[in-house]
Amino acid sequence: MSAHQTGAGLPQGNAPGFDATPLARRTTADSRGFFITTRSDTKPPAGTDERSTAGREIMDADEIRRALTRMFHEILERNHGADGLLLAGVRTRGVPIAERLAGHIRDSEGVAVPVGHLDINLYRDDLSERPRMRVRPTTMPVDVTGRTVVLCDDVLYTGRTVRAGMEAVSDLGRPLRIQLAALVDRGHRELPIRADFVGKNIPTRQSELVRVRLAETDGIDDVCILDRWVD
Amino acid sequence: MATGQAIETAPASGTFTPVDSRRRHVLDLDDFTAEEITAVLDDAAAMREVLSRDVKKVPTLRGKVVVTLFYEASTRTRISFEEAGKILSADVINMTATASSVEKGESLLNTGLTLQAMGVDAIVVRHPHSGAPHFLARSLKNVAVINAGDGAHAHPTQGLLDLYTARDHLGDLEGRKVVIVGDVLHSRVARSAVWGFAHLGASVVLCGPPTLLPDPFTSAGWGPGGNGAHNPLANVRIQPDLDAAIEGADLVMALRLQLERQKVGFFPSMREYIRRWQVNDARMARANPDALLMHPGPMNEGIEVSTALAHGERSLIEEQVTNGVAIRMALLYQLVGSGSGGD
Repeated sequence: MSAHQTGAGLPQGNAPGFDATPLARRTTADSRGFFITTRSDTKPPAGTDERSTAGREIMDADEIRRALTRMFHEILERNHGADGLLLAGVRTRGVPIAERLAGHIRDSEGVAVPVGHLDINLYRDDLSERPRMRVRPTTMPVDVTGRTVVLCDDVLYTGRTVRAGMEAVSDLGRPLRIQLAALVDRGHRELPIRADFVGKNIPTRQSELVRVRLAETDGIDDVCILDRWVD
Repeated sequence: MATGQAIETAPASGTFTPVDSRRRHVLDLDDFTAEEITAVLDDAAAMREVLSRDVKKVPTLRGKVVVTLFYEASTRTRISFEEAGKILSADVINMTATASSVEKGESLLNTGLTLQAMGVDAIVVRHPHSGAPHFLARSLKNVAVINAGDGAHAHPTQGLLDLYTARDHLGDLEGRKVVIVGDVLHSRVARSAVWGFAHLGASVVLCGPPTLLPDPFTSAGWGPGGNGAHNPLANVRIQPDLDAAIEGADLVMALRLQLERQKVGFFPSMREYIRRWQVNDARMARANPDALLMHPGPMNEGIEVSTALAHGERSLIEEQVTNGVAIRMALLYQLVGSGSGGD
């Protein structure tokens, strides 16, 4: 709950008069636990379109940078250095996260940690229910066997992507261990999976959408909560 | 900005077009857009990575059933579909016209309805009659139909693997010169390749004995004098003289001379055919210095292509076969694996 309060107290950027009502409603609804009904009979407030693009900012570029800085220290601490590490970015936005972590480690330790790109679409458990998804190559610069593979992703949610990612890594060889780094943990796990390294815990409703944007893929660094039904 | 490394793949989300969600079948390449072709080729690149693994198996199509229904002989097409399906963990059932109820006179329609009633997800069909896969696709509600060659009409998966192989070596195909030489008249491979290369902006020259260059390619709708700027085949030309056609070519595709169809005298003698239309080192010297050779197989070595060239450095023939598995994996993934979204 404290993390939630922190998030709610962030400056709201260029939409100042905009968030008071939804935030208040959100807090009470969360505590009562019937937020979906509360939301569904509430019409979108005026200015909805503006809100859907602005979102509610949870992290800005500086906070993302600080979170990644802490995460790379934790990764090195947990693994007693960078030996045998392999950062595997889950496409799409896990890739720049892995690249940035590797960049931090290089700057700090002078060690080039290999970075792989992992596409998990071939391992999804809900492929038939999804719209068509492109699949792109999985590339690992080194053999995963015997390595400590740190899966890197932007948002940890149900855990199903991570399960698919672990299976994808295991198909490439037998890693010594697999760890998980996520920029955002938004809760609502559907599998017994937890992250080893988390940038920020963000309590959310399942009806909401957490949007992570990174400069490499989106031209800007930020994390926002959007209302799914507005989107 | 980030720490400044080049991100190898950083797509703007808007340019990441998947295969058209309304597409349920692959019958020919004429109804593909350039974007859709590119999507299939990109997916195939990911499948190539799977093919390069020690353990070539992904769980993508678990529980899906693919039937290969072949009314004509085939080695590479049928086996590569079977391999593609199995690598994706689909259950693949092979059915040939001999040794099935087709021998008892069961019609194509009833065979298709039977397979549909058994709950198969995709039928890969090869048939001696042009249009048979289209008929099957129209008749079946719940099954994806993939054309693996129908009569002299189309062979879209071969066309796609040709495009993949060409793009892999030449990069962007826009403005590249592709020469397709041989028995164009009987070639479903050529008919699909022409559409594919034309969609991606290559200029295509068809070459061969005038008797084996079909009229439709020169009449309205095909080649210059077609339907104007919007005609995707506006960049298709006819040039029976191979020495002239091959000038400046980036890619030469030799077609199999369908010996079984030559009894009626499309050309005077095999010697003359070899002399005028065989693709060999001397002729390739007229093409661009780094020009490449493709052949859909099976080859008549020493007839449409010289042995030295077929097994030389310029030859992509074996790569085409490997890429064929990747292309078929990409199509099965898109048609069978993903939700249709358009229903």
